[in-house]
Amino acid sequence: MNEQDTICAVSTPAGEGGIGIIRISGKDAIGIAGIVFRSGKKKKLEAAPSHSLHYGRIVDPSSGEAVDETLVTVMRAPATYTREDVVEINCHGGMVPLARTMALLLAAGARQAAPGEFTKRAFLNGRIDLAQAEAVMDIISAKTDLAHRSANKQLLGGLSREIAALRDKMISLLAAVEAGVDFPEEDVETGTGKPLGAEISEVITVIDKFLSSYVFGRILRSGLGTAIVGRPNVGKSSLLNALLKQDRAIVTELPGTTRDVLEEYVNVMGVPLRIIDTAGIRLSHDLAEQEGVRRSLATIDSADIVLVVLDGALSLTPEDRRVLGEVKGKKAIAVINRSDLPRKLEKIDWPDVQISLSCRTGTGLDDLRNAISAFVQKGAVGPQEHPWAVNQRHKLALEKSRGSLEKALAAAQAGLSPEFIALDLRDALDNLGLIIGATYTDDILERIFNDFCIGK
Amino acid sequence: MTMQKKYDVVVIGAGHAGCEAALAAARMGCNTLMLTMNLDSIALMSCNPAIGGLAKGHLVKEIDALGGEMAKIIDRTGIQFRILNQSKGPAVRGTRAQADKQRYRLAMKESIEKQPRLDVKQGLVEKILVEGNKIVGVETNIGVTHLASSVIVTTGTFLKGLIHIGLVHYPSGRAGEFPSNGLSDNLRDLGFELGRLKTGTPARLNGRTIDFTKMKKQPGDDPAPFFSYSEKTHPLPQMPCYLTYTNASTHEIIRNNLGSSPLYAGIIKGIGPRYCPSIEDKVMRFSERERHQVFLEPEGLDTEEYYANGLSTSLPYDVQTMMYRTISGLEEVEIMRPAYAIEYDFAFPTQIQHSLETKKISGLFFAGQINGTSGYEEAAAQGLLAGVNAALKIRKREPLILSRSEAYIGVLIDDLVTRGTNEPYRMFTSRAEYRLLLREDNADLRLRHHGRNIGLVSEEDYQEFVEKKERIDCEVLRLQNLWVKPTAEVNNLLAERGSTALASEASLEQLLKRPEMAYADISRINSPPKPLDPAAAEQVEIRVKYEGYIQRQLQQVKRFASLEEKNLPDDMDYDAITGLGSEVKQKLNQVRPISLGQASRISGITPAAISLLMVALEKRKRGRA
Repeated sequence: MNEQDTICAVSTPAGEGGIGIIRISGKDAIGIAGIVFRSGKKKKLEAAPSHSLHYGRIVDPSSGEAVDETLVTVMRAPATYTREDVVEINCHGGMVPLARTMALLLAAGARQAAPGEFTKRAFLNGRIDLAQAEAVMDIISAKTDLAHRSANKQLLGGLSREIAALRDKMISLLAAVEAGVDFPEEDVETGTGKPLGAEISEVITVIDKFLSSYVFGRILRSGLGTAIVGRPNVGKSSLLNALLKQDRAIVTELPGTTRDVLEEYVNVMGVPLRIIDTAGIRLSHDLAEQEGVRRSLATIDSADIVLVVLDGALSLTPEDRRVLGEVKGKKAIAVINRSDLPRKLEKIDWPDVQISLSCRTGTGLDDLRNAISAFVQKGAVGPQEHPWAVNQRHKLALEKSRGSLEKALAAAQAGLSPEFIALDLRDALDNLGLIIGATYTDDILERIFNDFCIGK
Repeated sequence: MTMQKKYDVVVIGAGHAGCEAALAAARMGCNTLMLTMNLDSIALMSCNPAIGGLAKGHLVKEIDALGGEMAKIIDRTGIQFRILNQSKGPAVRGTRAQADKQRYRLAMKESIEKQPRLDVKQGLVEKILVEGNKIVGVETNIGVTHLASSVIVTTGTFLKGLIHIGLVHYPSGRAGEFPSNGLSDNLRDLGFELGRLKTGTPARLNGRTIDFTKMKKQPGDDPAPFFSYSEKTHPLPQMPCYLTYTNASTHEIIRNNLGSSPLYAGIIKGIGPRYCPSIEDKVMRFSERERHQVFLEPEGLDTEEYYANGLSTSLPYDVQTMMYRTISGLEEVEIMRPAYAIEYDFAFPTQIQHSLETKKISGLFFAGQINGTSGYEEAAAQGLLAGVNAALKIRKREPLILSRSEAYIGVLIDDLVTRGTNEPYRMFTSRAEYRLLLREDNADLRLRHHGRNIGLVSEEDYQEFVEKKERIDCEVLRLQNLWVKPTAEVNNLLAERGSTALASEASLEQLLKRPEMAYADISRINSPPKPLDPAAAEQVEIRVKYEGYIQRQLQQVKRFASLEEKNLPDDMDYDAITGLGSEVKQKLNQVRPISLGQASRISGITPAAISLLMVALEKRKRGRA
């Protein structure tokens, strides 16, 4: 809760529409925005006059990769909402670029704003008059309340237990280190007997497991696994090509895989899709073909989302029925191709979204994009292995915690004295505490006295 | 009868807190009276005959940097000096000394008696005299009234002290002395909320009946380190300690006799320190341990008494004897003074301010165990600050409040007044969030200027400090700016230390940053015009080698500074702040924090509550404008 920090937050309601605004406020707002923004006219954001609008791209400074096209507004203090320098970034590529831009800003030195913090600053800096002070306080308590309520809801589940277990392990680790520091004459038997470095590595592994449950993170890293399935000649490749024509990102050919499964990357409204074009599923006794079918079915199983292609100009075939049977229970969109021809396909029994389109003319492709984007936004897709998933706030805290643990590990491996390792372990614990709102000081002493026979 | 002489400051008690308080007040120009129940127990070490240790040694050095007495006295009367954690980093090394208990007491008594403006008298205070909410003096049990502008209460374990040995218990302030019952009732009458704590001490054994050949001898360090910046010699001969262990028979006796332990029989109600458990606690709670350490510490040069560190107990006398005699080397031991547990009253420390003045009564200060602490060093640190602040108040100057980032004393007092305590509070390095900055080696650099400002550090001592500081700064600058070429001579020296050879020019600072290189090595490559004394050289080395970590901690201090600097006014109406929960309001009302920083450390105060306080503060400011 530092007033000197530059803070940022998504200031538009989450999950509604494709456009979102990120607001940054504080003395480094323009500098921090400048790190991730590349102007179309190659101008530096730092030099921009107050209340000016700039077109450009948000770029990951470490890789140079473009994240989104954007309009950025620069407003200099004091004529701003908070009376500090303010930058607003209009992301228009959907929620994934929004999340990703936030992550870049945080990495560049901004801090995620606390509930009501912009309004609080506006008041503290004299922007809002005294009469509105009570309203400011209401906002802070109401928003905090809301945040707590949703946090609690989440924490009631498995996440709280697992985070608590992780925190407990870290407290034990720190208590062992601190006991060694504060009680040098007590022949304290610290910890499990394992080297401290190994203990720290174990905690890092647990954090990695948490982080892998971060839905967006995984999608951003490896793309949303998308399988296109259907019987042969139904238009699977046409659909892939139609998407690629407009949205192709990078073509990869994974080494060691056969050409049976083709992977292509497509960016749909900011959501990177990793599209797996499968061999057609047909009823066959041919062994080679059975093998292809088996692989296609395996692909369906591993996909985050399945696009089932049907031919709208023909009646449903037994093979179509088999395909529909195979995808039952999966997150799937039915894509009815050849909408440019008269429809002959019967009504199908399909609980999820159906999209009619024509790969040949391109009509309806936008509907498909919207449907995929909506799927992601609803959180309907994602890994199934965790009943809970780490959200962005958790992810940030976990990543910071992990960073501190890495430092502690490096310090331990370099043979530094334990108080230096403790400094990083405390940082790690502090950051973890942000998730469940806990502090450590008393816990550590408590643990030392419980676990170790201290006292001469 | 009311005595004619009116004092600026009256100190009740002459323990480690009382002595520092009285000396500081008198040295700062106040007419001071120190009242003790027994002039022969001034600065008596009721428990361990030792000063210092981890975090405690830090406190002693801070006391010295500020111009207190403890460090000087222990340097003059210590019979063993060691630095603990020698193998660890500089921030967590702690100096510890065994004291000659009687000589320590007498040396402090001498300082007190010789101190101008300080009277010391035997007398038992029963009543603190108050008019309105202002202190006016004290009254003793024989009806003598001493008038005073300020009163400092340092009563240790004497308030309603109750000694337990087995199931026998009797009122006493310390073995062989009366308790102070009247004062305890008087404090309650004045509206203070008192609680009950427990502590204990092991038996003193006759060294003539101990077989030291069966134990491990532990000598002190050679050369012996110092606590004080101004002492140059340790005049007393040095003595070793001895290490032995309990065993299965010891533990069996304890387990068989738990019924006669007042702790396990539920007779003792006070809360004891978890870091200093009795042997019965250790045996019961850690039953898997086959043995526990016992250190035998000499109580002095002219006595056969040994302190049995690790064997604190409240078991009956016969069980103590039986149990001690199971230990290797103690088979024939004779107990001279039995171990005992003692319960006493303390005042919940959230009732005092950072200056140690009580919130209720102007001019009344509490220091030491009455505030729920344990340890001579914790007591002395509070005594010093109470004496200083009583004197500053009389001069109408602002109190000296040390921050958490500049001293363990700051951490100690802030913890007490902010979070209170339920068990005897002892300092640990892990309590200090800026631990890497608060080192023994830089206590003078952190605090000497305060000592000078309040007038407790002499001009001569201060000049010595200023010169040391300049030498350090100059040398660091020199190391940064002096570049050496990769000559054969330099590379040979590096090879000697197992360090990689230079390929191009490097600064001396860069070379010193290498873990394998010490300042002594660097000065062999290129030495300053005038060689540095060891203390200054140590500072240079620490500053260069740990720069990264030190900078990180300084950043943390800076980040938090804005909250520490936002003061919360005395008359802040927390009940009127919308959005604050009732539990939060209650805590804020109880502690009445002085700053947002302090408020944020109260348990249960959330960041959102701090935000609300921030807005409320601004609202108030504008409302007044």
